Amino acid sequence: MSTTRQYELVYIVSPDASEQEVTDLHAQVEAQIARIGGELVKTENWGRRKMAYEIGPHKEGVYVLELINGNGELMKELERRLRVSEKILRYLVVRVDEELRAAERTRSKRKVRTGPPAGEGGMGMDNDDRDEAEV
Amino acid sequence: MADEQRRGGGGGGGRGGRSGGARGANAEKGPGQQRGRSLFRRRKVCKFCSEKIDYIDYKDVRMLMPFVPDRGKILPRRISGVCAPHQRALQTAIKRARQLALVPYVAD
Repeated sequence: MSTTRQYELVYIVSPDASEQEVTDLHAQVEAQIARIGGELVKTENWGRRKMAYEIGPHKEGVYVLELINGNGELMKELERRLRVSEKILRYLVVRVDEELRAAERTRSKRKVRTGPPAGEGGMGMDNDDRDEAEV
Repeated sequence: MADEQRRGGGGGGGRGGRSGGARGANAEKGPGQQRGRSLFRRRKVCKFCSEKIDYIDYKDVRMLMPFVPDRGKILPRRISGVCAPHQRALQTAIKRARQLALVPYVAD
């Protein structure tokens, strides 16, 4: 129940929230991590940026990224709180430990062989009619 | 070449497009299983393989944008030349980025 995993949490704070409110939200996240048990690996504030589409009336938002080590219970609680908070336009939690490990593995594998990575499939669909290019 | 003949038997004239107006011919014939192809094609290589990018990060908009054309759709790998494993990773990355409004679902 208490396996520690690594999660990435990105949330978008409404652009009309003040600096103070943004730091408050961050403090709230930190407090929950401390309460339930976990570790805040890093946090990044991307600041105000234009969004690719409008969310409600807003065209831009303040993005905050938190990299968290913790268990599922912690993330569940964080998600619940973010959902309730009105200043949060949107959030996304992604579990990253496995993906990062897989990336690390291919990287080290490549270092050993110093060749291109495996998995360049020979099963390409239309490679056989490449000769058309010459005509 | 041999391969081409083999397939040509079943699919009708779709392959006749070698001589030039591949697109046009195909359009007249209606939906054939095999499409006529344009004349010049370059051997495409997977960007992520050649640049040795192991992890396709959904937060890196600048990396994703070349694979999201103006319309907002995900560029098929038949066009981009990305290999299958990387296309799969790219697909999830773009979808995550969309949720965070980093990349559009639809544009214009």
